[in-house]
Amino acid sequence: MSNRIIKGRAYKFGDNINTDFINPAQYMELSMEEMTKHAMEGADPNFSKNVRHGDIMVAGKNFGSGSSRETAPMVIKYSGISIIIAEFFARIFYRNAINIGLKVLICKEVSEIQHGDELEVDPQAGIIKNLITGKNYQTTSLPAHIMELIEDGGLIEHLEKKLKAEGV
Amino acid sequence: MGKTLAEKILARCSNNETVTAGDIITCKVDVAMLDDTLGPWYVDPGLKKLGASIWDKSKTVLICDHYAPPATVAQANVVKFNRDWGIEYNIENYFEENGPCHQVLAENCFDLPGTLLVGVDSHTVTAGAFGCFGTGIGSTEMVGVLATGEIWLRVPESMKIVWGGNLSDRVMGKDIFLRTIRDIGHSGATYQAMEFCGETIHNLNIDDRMCICNMSVEAGAKTGLIAPDEKVKAYLEEHGNKKEYYMFNSDDDAEYSSVYYYKAENLAPQVACPHAVDNVYDITDVENTRIERAYIGSCTGGRLIDLMIAAEILEGKKLKTNCKLMVSPSSKKIWEEAAKKGILNILSEAGATILAPTCGACVGFHSGVLADGENCISTTNRNFKGRMGSREANVYLASAATVAASALAGKITDPRMI
Repeated sequence: MSNRIIKGRAYKFGDNINTDFINPAQYMELSMEEMTKHAMEGADPNFSKNVRHGDIMVAGKNFGSGSSRETAPMVIKYSGISIIIAEFFARIFYRNAINIGLKVLICKEVSEIQHGDELEVDPQAGIIKNLITGKNYQTTSLPAHIMELIEDGGLIEHLEKKLKAEGV
Repeated sequence: MGKTLAEKILARCSNNETVTAGDIITCKVDVAMLDDTLGPWYVDPGLKKLGASIWDKSKTVLICDHYAPPATVAQANVVKFNRDWGIEYNIENYFEENGPCHQVLAENCFDLPGTLLVGVDSHTVTAGAFGCFGTGIGSTEMVGVLATGEIWLRVPESMKIVWGGNLSDRVMGKDIFLRTIRDIGHSGATYQAMEFCGETIHNLNIDDRMCICNMSVEAGAKTGLIAPDEKVKAYLEEHGNKKEYYMFNSDDDAEYSSVYYYKAENLAPQVACPHAVDNVYDITDVENTRIERAYIGSCTGGRLIDLMIAAEILEGKKLKTNCKLMVSPSSKKIWEEAAKKGILNILSEAGATILAPTCGACVGFHSGVLADGENCISTTNRNFKGRMGSREANVYLASAATVAASALAGKITDPRMI
């Protein structure tokens, strides 16, 4: 699997970051590009200015609660976030993230990670290394078939590839 | 070991003899609902990319409710796209400006006991009031559902929430839910089914039951269920249902992840304070908080029972000029029934503004969004920062009775005292 190890800087958020914070509903009529400029605005108005391509989003409990809007994981993905690590995710958000090709990991000790820490993540093995503190964390891993779906770009692209392979 | 209501419904939908919490199963979908914000606009590119057609048009429902009636050209373009898409795909179950999708689904008998309903809106859980497994999904997931008519699901564990005894006058279904989430918390039911039972629940009318199940997603639940009974059967008959349905109930020895017991007699009106749905207090602890905006509406709190209790409180009275009350009946049908009963006139004469049935202000899209610094008391479902407009506004969630009483006084007021 290509690019299996993800390296990046932790961009930290707290508990209960809901979809109205991630992707305020007022912007949902805009294009994806415009909507992305307002990503996370409800929790951090400077997020789109400060985020760097490849950053790792680190959050607490119940990340992505609220609406079923898939635009919530999409604006995070288009902001350049490589993976989200949270203590746990709201149900619909978790499924949506995978379906649009955004990696998500559940890690109970996530509160030990500080904003700005350099992390190295192996999502398939479920290992997070904090390069600043030297601590390692074992998390739930993403199984190979889910990793394949994500790396294809999401559920639609994955199905498209499968249909092509089957010669449909 | 017995089975829960959720397990029984999902066993039927997956064509299994039995299923157990934790099983991952493939289910046949009975109804797929698309709304205007997250429906065709996001679903169409995926469907086209796959070259897929819709598995069963009679089971597909398209509802324009969030952006309808539109406030901006951009919103109007989304609604038009949906309408054109409905024509292109020949979707006969098309509704526009009829009200929030979850109420429209119920009135048109798509919420059938023992069936599986998926929708691209988190409040699809409302259907649980009919013993229908309603759950919200994303737009990409919906592409898969439309193409195949199937979805994989993990059978959820169930929480049992038992309410016994009789509610006091002017204490409503909304208060029952707010009291419950006060204990369970904003994420306390994540991934689980919340099953509401007990005599209090079964004494409630369908409107109040829908309000409770509607809010279950606010605790993170996958669905919120009430076992169907004679009231559900009567509702379906009254609304002209012709389709088959399945009356399941949990077994006495079914396994629950947790059980909560409450007494209805002790319940005071509840208020969820800014900015979290589980930040709940007895009304006596937050009385006199200044209010300048009040809202009765949405898929949570604009049903006939809500409008009736508001009219009972406001009849012959005048709102203070510094507090505005907006009323958006939850459907066109409710609007017409309330008009016939004289309820809309009573509310209007008291000073309320009657709006079209729409999701509008609840989600901060149009028809009465909040300004910086405004305090609003609302019958809706979320009080997150910025939800109903300005991030500098404060939203208090309460029942229609509490909202009407508070609007009248211009401050949070106990409806039992009026």
